[in-house]
Amino acid sequence: MSHASPTVTAVRGPHEATGFFRTYLYATDHKMIARQYLLLGLIMAVVGGYLSYAMRWQLAWPDTEVPGFGFVGPETYNVLVTNHGTIMVFFVAMPILLGSFGNFLIPLMIGARDMAFPRLNALSFWLLALGSAVVLVSFLVPGGAASAGWTGYPPLSAKAEYTGVDWGLTLWLLAHAIEFAAFLLGGVNFLTTIVTMRAPGLGFGRLPLIIWQQATAAILFLLSVGPLIAGAIMLLMDRIVGTGFFLPERGGEPLLWQHLFWFFGHPEVYVVLLPALGAVLEIFPVFSRKPIFGYTLVVWATIVAGALSFIVWAHHMFVSGMDPRLAMPFSITTILISVPFALAVFAMIASLYRGSIAFELPMLWALAFLAMFTTGGLTGIFLGSAPSDIYLNGTYFVVAHFHYTLISAVIFGGYAGIYYWFPKMFGRMLGTRLGQLHFWSTLVSFNVVFFPLHWIGIAGMVRRIANPLQYDMIAPHQWINVVSTVALFGLVASQLVFFVNFFVSQLRGRPAPANPWEATTLEWTTPSPPPHGNWGEALPVVGRGPYEYSVPGATRDWLPQRTGAAAAEARP
Amino acid sequence: MSAATPTYAGTAGAAARGKVGIWWFLASEVMLFGGLISSFVISRLGGSAHVEHDHLNVTVAAINTFILLSSSYTMVEAYAAAERGDRRGMRVFLGLTVLGGLAFLGIKAYEYTGEITHGFTPWAGTFWSFYYTMTGLHALHVLIGVIANATLCLGARLGLERPYRVELAGLYWHFVDIVWIFLFPLVYLS
Repeated sequence: MSHASPTVTAVRGPHEATGFFRTYLYATDHKMIARQYLLLGLIMAVVGGYLSYAMRWQLAWPDTEVPGFGFVGPETYNVLVTNHGTIMVFFVAMPILLGSFGNFLIPLMIGARDMAFPRLNALSFWLLALGSAVVLVSFLVPGGAASAGWTGYPPLSAKAEYTGVDWGLTLWLLAHAIEFAAFLLGGVNFLTTIVTMRAPGLGFGRLPLIIWQQATAAILFLLSVGPLIAGAIMLLMDRIVGTGFFLPERGGEPLLWQHLFWFFGHPEVYVVLLPALGAVLEIFPVFSRKPIFGYTLVVWATIVAGALSFIVWAHHMFVSGMDPRLAMPFSITTILISVPFALAVFAMIASLYRGSIAFELPMLWALAFLAMFTTGGLTGIFLGSAPSDIYLNGTYFVVAHFHYTLISAVIFGGYAGIYYWFPKMFGRMLGTRLGQLHFWSTLVSFNVVFFPLHWIGIAGMVRRIANPLQYDMIAPHQWINVVSTVALFGLVASQLVFFVNFFVSQLRGRPAPANPWEATTLEWTTPSPPPHGNWGEALPVVGRGPYEYSVPGATRDWLPQRTGAAAAEARP
Repeated sequence: MSAATPTYAGTAGAAARGKVGIWWFLASEVMLFGGLISSFVISRLGGSAHVEHDHLNVTVAAINTFILLSSSYTMVEAYAAAERGDRRGMRVFLGLTVLGGLAFLGIKAYEYTGEITHGFTPWAGTFWSFYYTMTGLHALHVLIGVIANATLCLGARLGLERPYRVELAGLYWHFVDIVWIFLFPLVYLS
């Protein structure tokens, strides 16, 4: 885009004090919408966590009454696994990492006053809220909620008789169609904003890395979700109209769904991962007072990984009965995709090397992300290679693997971002003592919950079984299930610590200065929290790249991206 | 913020933002129809969706294709009129585009009726499942385009026109046309 263009369009007038409805419900301000996404994500996380509690209790002490939930048994257990999975991915991870971080950071980091389409932004959020409501309602209809697994494989999902769930599964499909529409429109908004609304001087080569990651995630979602929407329409037609797309007895092809699902499913993993990776990449330079190592390398690694993610999907289907000749090419692309991610990880480690590291809370979470994500990435190699996957497919090894990758993104990357930007978002500092307790107890209990699941997976325990004691080969390893469940109580309790800290700090926390971490990017040159319109009268002008730390010859160890008087005023 | 009234200026105008936005949206639409059409093609190659275009009315569908393509021409004329500030011409051509879209939907409904009364329902076989799903999803897009164009046409009557929106609606309308150009030979001819 050319900044020389003299056409300057007045977008909207000054923002005056507005009523409750305009401020909290029909809000078009990107910062309020970001907070709405965060709150919705946290509420749905409570729901998803509650389901996992009932599920783990059932696994440790099968067919006993779960305190605060009731009797589980096999049918309800299927409902629990299905909805835990989809709620956590689509209604927790995406709202927090894309909805909240993306909406809050994109305009603030590129020097814009709002998103490109503020009303469309509000529509995206409320569509997501509607989708969340439909998921919750699906628990209340006769027959109960969806129970065909989070992947919704037909024929199990294509006929009500097979699961005994009629409306619950249809509503579940509908809720996800609504969620897809919400994030599709959100992605259009993100990309348009990044392309057309960057501040003068902010070329693509000076964008903070998290903006690159958000943009890549938006493109991945935009381009991968179409085939799944098509698949969801076909599945709904099978259920409601009586067509036979996925039903063999009517000439249909169940495998087609798996292809459509995983064509979306694998890019979706990176849709969730990339924004978290971006948050960590923002945090490392700030708390090691060093520029990021290999900015261009990380940008290209992101783009290459994004492109490769479209041609790895069949590694989820090695044992599905697809043409076995496909296993080799998809193994190769899958192993190949670990190269850009390895580059990104090495760039992160090199950014820390010989830095003056400050173990503030955001940095602790970011470091934990690095360690946990690398662990999850390493177990991925066993699953990406067809020979070992044929044994491990569908076992708790897979469960452990994707919890190490996804939880490192959503919990460790997500909390890193929340602890880092909380002062900017809410104008107050998060309490450090509760924060320390939250971090260490989460790190320890998370590992005790999930690490032993690798072992029980290798021992042969498969996913989605409601009662491990029924199987003689798993029964001797039952102690692992008990340990994992007991540790889950600790994991849940640690999150309660966070909730207390989160809400108490919003009311009573120490007021935050404009730039508490002495960071360079644009958002730290606004007051905390930023006012409506973000920048006062004049848009910021960007003079340099985003990670100018410890520049030789400079008077202090950081040089803000923003040039001019406003940047000097914003010194803490 | 200061008490003075700041002029809030984005670095790109609404028209440029709209155009970038609609192109990203169309990219996702390409993937939606791409997923559906490739599923159909794969099912045909795999032998599970036997084409039964003997039972489709190719003549009527060809006429319908002509109508839809003509409506793309009137859409271009509406945009040209908007560009030169001819508000009346813009309204007239938008109106014609709406009529073209409605005619397409009417003829499509006539086709569906004929097929269903002959027993070729959506559950009559995999080909018919795909036929109704693909053309139905396309018809839904036509309907959305008709609503968008009608809104612009009526908005122009009330003096609310923003000419760049005609361009955005036009981009969408041409996309809907192009999808049909893929569907017509795939479903009716091959």
